[in-house]
Amino acid sequence: MSETGLWLVIIGMGTITYGLRAASLLLADRLPRYTWLVSFLRFVPVAVLSAIIALETFTPDGTLNLSPLSNHRLLAAALAILVAWRTRSILWTILVGMAALWILQAIQF
Amino acid sequence: MAATLPSNRSLLWAGIRGTLPLITSVAPFGMLFGALGLASGIPTGMTEGMSLVVFAGSAQLVGIQLITGGAQALVLLLTTLVINLRHVLYGLSLAPHMRGLSRRWKWLLAYFMTDETYAVAISRYNLDAADPPPNLHWFYLGSGLTLWSSWQISTIIGLIFGSQIPASWGLDFAVAVTFIALVVPAIVDKAAVLAALVGGGMAVLLVGLPLKLGIVAAAVAGILAGMAVDLRWFRKLRGKKDV
Repeated sequence: MSETGLWLVIIGMGTITYGLRAASLLLADRLPRYTWLVSFLRFVPVAVLSAIIALETFTPDGTLNLSPLSNHRLLAAALAILVAWRTRSILWTILVGMAALWILQAIQF
Repeated sequence: MAATLPSNRSLLWAGIRGTLPLITSVAPFGMLFGALGLASGIPTGMTEGMSLVVFAGSAQLVGIQLITGGAQALVLLLTTLVINLRHVLYGLSLAPHMRGLSRRWKWLLAYFMTDETYAVAISRYNLDAADPPPNLHWFYLGSGLTLWSSWQISTIIGLIFGSQIPASWGLDFAVAVTFIALVVPAIVDKAAVLAALVGGGMAVLLVGLPLKLGIVAAAVAGILAGMAVDLRWFRKLRGKKDV
């Protein structure tokens, strides 16, 4: 992407983020509180991100690989889920998950 | 009757003090973002510009990795939308406490809406729910300014000292691990467990579909599964048959 293109993407990301924040604060009273909408909003990130996590973890090269010996992502992801669950820290989850992947790759012969 | 109203300044300071402990987790996160920005090879000002324009840690962290990986603009924008959709829930939960505020204040406070400031502010709003001072938004502002400053400063520190990030950061998996950090805390009940399992399981089963259609289908299935449990769709259906 060109430098101008990158700036446009960043401004686009900022507009989307600010739009979500401002719209919910400013329009909250005018919107009917549909329970299905609140429920939908809650499950979009859970379902979409889980789909991507599963693909990246179980199909590292585009095909299913369930062997922990050749697919190091399986153990690394399991460890990351454990850390995320216990600490709820984004930073620790990333650091432990990535460190696990690197160590498993390094001890591979 | 309310006791003497707290002054704007005292609430601002209370918001700052209440948010200071969170800097210990926000600052390393910002430094990691700055360091990844440096490693991505995009101009330094652009990485800091992202912290100013977007001001949303998780979306920025994923965004910078997608940029490094050469992702298309549409992918970046859609990812930002999905990751930051949770802010709508924050806004809906904050809005009843901000009924008396001018639109100008709401526009300003919206910029400072983050996971951390939401958590700190909503607990204060709930604490004072019985007899809320009308100027509690100064508390929110104090929290937002604290978080904003630490995010900007830590991004710059990461940009200055971040040349230690290994070149082979393992990009696509780093994005997946970041997603794990976002999803796991959101799994708070059976409905969310189901949404995650159906979304993840279907994505793997449908991996052969072209144009990433598998992800779309899996996501839709996961959302519907979560909503079905959450809103008790099937119990309703059974109930209707009984009548």
